[in-house]
Amino acid sequence: MGATIVEKIFSSKCGHSVRAGEVVMAPVDGAMIHDITGPLAIQNFFEMGGKEVFDPEKIILLFDHQVPADSLAAAENHVFMREFARNQRIHNYDIREGICHQVVLEKGKAGPGEIIVGADSHTCMYGATGAFATGIGSTDMGFVLKFGALYFRVPETIRAEVSGKFQRRVGPKDLILSIAKDIGADGATYQAIEFCGETFATMPIHGRMTCCNMAIEMGAKAGLVPPDEVTYEYMHSRGRTGRVSIESDPDARYAARKKYDVTNLPPQVAIPHNVDLARDVGEVAGTRVDQVFIGSCTNGRFEDLADAAEVIGDREFDDSTRVIIIPASRDEYLKALQTGLIERFVKAGALVEAPCCGPCMGGAFGLLAPGEVSLSTSNRNFRGRQGSADASVYLCSPATAAASALYGEITDPREV
Amino acid sequence: MRTWKFGDNIDTDAIIPGRYLVYNDPLVLASHAFEGTRNDFAKGVAPGDVIIGGRNFGCGSSREHAPLALAGAGIRYVVAVSFARIFYRNAVNVGLLPLVCPEADAIPDGDECRVDVDKHLITCGERTYPIEPVPGFLLRIADAGGLIPFARNLEEVDRCTGSQQ
Repeated sequence: MGATIVEKIFSSKCGHSVRAGEVVMAPVDGAMIHDITGPLAIQNFFEMGGKEVFDPEKIILLFDHQVPADSLAAAENHVFMREFARNQRIHNYDIREGICHQVVLEKGKAGPGEIIVGADSHTCMYGATGAFATGIGSTDMGFVLKFGALYFRVPETIRAEVSGKFQRRVGPKDLILSIAKDIGADGATYQAIEFCGETFATMPIHGRMTCCNMAIEMGAKAGLVPPDEVTYEYMHSRGRTGRVSIESDPDARYAARKKYDVTNLPPQVAIPHNVDLARDVGEVAGTRVDQVFIGSCTNGRFEDLADAAEVIGDREFDDSTRVIIIPASRDEYLKALQTGLIERFVKAGALVEAPCCGPCMGGAFGLLAPGEVSLSTSNRNFRGRQGSADASVYLCSPATAAASALYGEITDPREV
Repeated sequence: MRTWKFGDNIDTDAIIPGRYLVYNDPLVLASHAFEGTRNDFAKGVAPGDVIIGGRNFGCGSSREHAPLALAGAGIRYVVAVSFARIFYRNAVNVGLLPLVCPEADAIPDGDECRVDVDKHLITCGERTYPIEPVPGFLLRIADAGGLIPFARNLEEVDRCTGSQQ
């Protein structure tokens, strides 16, 4: 019986063969903490008797949820973490670089075959490079900071094989919303999801990031795309040379094998208040929206912004709709700036903010009042996620968000 | 030692409402456990009582306040058909033992209950129910009182030693 890519990653790190279901203490190649979960993780590190972190080079520390500090409590958390970084000789990206997950990938801190942990549930995004990456709690992270290792239950894997070519203005976000609907919000709990098939083979790295990012919305521990030429090209652009080739054996044992075809997939919109409630855009078209948010670790990359700009053209947004656009990182912001996208968004009537989590964090800014409706390219539409518990959040792709912002109501991007 | 029975998809907000997250003291959190979901719990629970849940127990946030509130109430075992992944880890890390019991739905509320981890079964009233074995490594963390006391006495960890589940 062959092994899955996840079993191979753990076997390689452990130096002997391990299989799904085993619990192992595995070394980690990287650990990420940010301004929300970092302070408690650091406190736990000290309570565990930690004096020096396992390896300052392998820790990614930055602020992205409450930047610039939006409250006194946030400012104090930032000061606490800055001091920790200084004392431990950890590089501090501070508020400069953008959203944690985008920054980890841009800085080349996650790659094929590596095990990366982050004190944030969307850490699974790094699986776009063929890494095994998973979100953990603050006690786990305290342990990682001290020992550079953590216990893991090696997960079973669901294989999601996707074929077909997307229609115009339909893309990875529509695909992952439709997969979440099929698998369900707890359908992949404890498991990893391996994305493969011809659609993924031809999908650029930014789309793979969008899909792996949302693996957690099905309860998954990780989402991965096996590394290929697209991966190696991206890794090289991030200063990482070499090729780590790792893939599942043809006779690997999977928990389930799923097949999807995107050929006729229409744009998808997840309706309140669960991510697995995806609908074809036609079923919800015409729903009035008060706020449109284009950004987040899920869909705040340059290609996402370019998709939105292509839909908008030279038009302006609906007068009664607030549009907030936030590039995921400084690099993505610069690309948008240099290609004229930012100017086009501002002329269309958007508020373009500096890289950060923005309204997806549901506490910093861009909050919704009771009864208001938001259409968002982010990853969660739980009750109260973007402000009032009596507000509604719909999730969609950048193209659908842009089309809807033009008319102030949910709109099929293929029809504008 | 009695059972406290809950249903499917008990989320972390049901275990400890968000307004109490400003507290970190397990005893304070315990005094608000299941507030609004089951109001007789906080006053009636006694050390050693057992929580019985359905499918996907502990879903939602990664907040550690939820297992802490149960630990503060003197709970040692949470038995459920299945657990949300991050809750499962957080529970072990704060010294609770989550036990998977496929037949948990059949266990009545308020029954006298004994858990035998070594023999992989729990006895409620006259009936016994099988539970899945807990990996030895997780037992050691839970026996130490959680990951913080476990880690405090460690200088190094044995990389990649594990146990078959």
